[in-house]
Amino acid sequence: MIRTFIVFGFAVLLAAVSVSLVAPRDMDKPLLMELKERYSRKHPPKVDHSKFEELNRTFSSPSEVTRECENCHNLTAQEVMKSSHWNWEREEYIPGRGIVYLGKKNAINNFCISGKGNEQSCGKCHIGYGIDSQGRGFTDSANIDCLVCHDNTETYAKAPEKAGAPLETLDLNNIAKSVGRPKRTNCGVCHFLGGGGNNVKHGDLETAMFEPDRALDIHMGVDSVNMQCVDCHRTERHNIAGKLYSLSSMNLKRISCEDCHTGTPHEKDILNEHTIKVSCQACHIPVYAKENATKVHWDWSTAGKLKNGEPYVEEDEMGNHKYMSIKGSFVWKKNLKPDYIWFNGTASHYLAGDKVVDPSKPVVLNQLFGSYSDEDSQVIPTKIHTAVQPFDPVNRTIIYPKLYAPEKGEGAFWKDFDWKTASAVGMKEAGLPFSGQVSFIETKMYWPVNHMVSAKEESARCEECHSRSDSRLAGLTDFYLPGRDRSPLVDIGGKWLLILTILGIAGHGSLRILVSLKGGRKEASDGE
Amino acid sequence: MANKQVLVYKGFERFWHWMQAAFIMFLAFTGFEIHGAYSFLGFENAVRYHNITAYMLIGLVIFAIFWHLTTGEYRQYLPTFKNIMAQLDFYLFGIFRNAPHPTKKTLLSKLNPLQRLTYFFLKIVLIPATILSGLVYLFYRYPSRNAIDAINIGSLKPVAIVHTAGAILLVTFLVGHLYLITTGTTVTSNLKAMLTGYEELEEEEVVEKDGEKP
Repeated sequence: MIRTFIVFGFAVLLAAVSVSLVAPRDMDKPLLMELKERYSRKHPPKVDHSKFEELNRTFSSPSEVTRECENCHNLTAQEVMKSSHWNWEREEYIPGRGIVYLGKKNAINNFCISGKGNEQSCGKCHIGYGIDSQGRGFTDSANIDCLVCHDNTETYAKAPEKAGAPLETLDLNNIAKSVGRPKRTNCGVCHFLGGGGNNVKHGDLETAMFEPDRALDIHMGVDSVNMQCVDCHRTERHNIAGKLYSLSSMNLKRISCEDCHTGTPHEKDILNEHTIKVSCQACHIPVYAKENATKVHWDWSTAGKLKNGEPYVEEDEMGNHKYMSIKGSFVWKKNLKPDYIWFNGTASHYLAGDKVVDPSKPVVLNQLFGSYSDEDSQVIPTKIHTAVQPFDPVNRTIIYPKLYAPEKGEGAFWKDFDWKTASAVGMKEAGLPFSGQVSFIETKMYWPVNHMVSAKEESARCEECHSRSDSRLAGLTDFYLPGRDRSPLVDIGGKWLLILTILGIAGHGSLRILVSLKGGRKEASDGE
Repeated sequence: MANKQVLVYKGFERFWHWMQAAFIMFLAFTGFEIHGAYSFLGFENAVRYHNITAYMLIGLVIFAIFWHLTTGEYRQYLPTFKNIMAQLDFYLFGIFRNAPHPTKKTLLSKLNPLQRLTYFFLKIVLIPATILSGLVYLFYRYPSRNAIDAINIGSLKPVAIVHTAGAILLVTFLVGHLYLITTGTTVTSNLKAMLTGYEELEEEEVVEKDGEKP
């Protein structure tokens, strides 16, 4: 009776445990459906700008368009002029350094190094006209370039080396009548082409993202939800959410996947458990630069070689620039596995004039903070861009070279190909001391990878991290990762314990067999 | 001496023994895959089956503890140092001379002193340590569906080390255990007893409580 009861009870328990563990639970499907529905909605314009008499005229300059915009949107300029897109700098707090003003205006990177002194050329990606190193163009609201973001004809384009002015051939009337919500093309024209070419900087933002398919990006795919940049980069009064840590330092105004998908989006609890320490991107962006290669290394030290006194360009097998006299040598890579780091949302930056403590080691230009033991840190995927760039070995500072000038003889490296004069002119414009000597230093930048999200079927498998060899997280050694890590003492000790046990058994067993074969005689002698 | 077939291992006992054996072997098989020793089921499935089996083993152990306490069978595992040297002497020397077992198997004392000691250690130290470290492993920073309930410990490493060491010792036990099965009255008599429940015991030993040798 009791036995039957015990066995029955046990069977019930087994069944209950198995069912609860094996049965699939589909909790997130309704949320996904809701999100798809929400982001598939059209955004019909509130007004039709083509019906406005004021815009039905010929514009002789882009600033005239801006004035016309301001006639109705008469408070918008104030919003725009507070934005980092306009000011090219943001107030940032850097742990250990305090408040700094950081942005394209003054930052140093390891691509084209700095916009400082090169505004004529770099102004192509400013939302204004007439930018220069004296700060002109930052103060007059008529210089706001409304059209670069709000043109919906996809014909608006900035002229090269004209400090932000558009091409002169544009039909400004048609463009002004088209204005509306920014599309991928509006953002992409700067953000996909930063650094002087397609996909130079980010690796996950490039011209293929103008019209991506589902495989390239599950959110923006035209055959998927066809999301626009501003769907996630929500904007309130021209203040755009989301930023990149090439320039940012504070854990503020960030966008995260969790905003829509919640912190526990998976059916399986064991995957939800990971979200405490692992960012969504770490698994769901297993590969970036899926369509076109991205630049992973830039060596400025080889720049300046000329053929018959003329600068030249060499291409690699993928058709990307391998060498340019004006910029040096490049390494491009495609279908990259990201580099993983711990990140808690705060960063420090190399700022103008900072002394490099140890020039023999690569200088990290944007140090992203985080560690396993830090509760706010998650593993994030990044692109690491390394470079060799000009350095003042006496003052131990990274050099702001003058790269662009309209004419030869102004000291610009891209015209005169002389590092010493380019450095002297550039450092003077930046207001920094320069010793007169130029050497080269290795630098490193971390570019968090947040786009090119793959379908869930393509996301990283468990064993891509939980594996002894070739783990994606091989570089993060400050914690114990099951499947990757082990205690050598326990494993080797355990192995020998097993070997010795088996040897002991083999010896003992064979002796017994031997004895039992001779058993008859032995018993006889025992009997004597 | 008259021998008699006696029911040494009761139904639940055999059920428990074989289920536990199967669970532990499967846990070792999936566990060492999770540990990275080889790849067979794939990490995700290995973890999944390992966890399911772990819950089933815990369920089984709870029933076994209940059974041992209510039937009083737990007394079989209380260690005794009486005759322990004689038993060791038997395995090291006596067995090769066809010497008789130094302790007699009876219904009230079916384990020899070395077995008692080993199983006592197994049940009081090794299995609890492995199961408890496994539970910490499972619930370490473990979130429930819409909230995160964490056991916050600084590092998984000590937990993993205890769990792995426990697993290795259990496998070592298993290997030794499999061999020592063959050291009964005949090579297969112990195995038969654990399968059928019945073993041939000397009749008077069944009746007498403390079966001392004459």
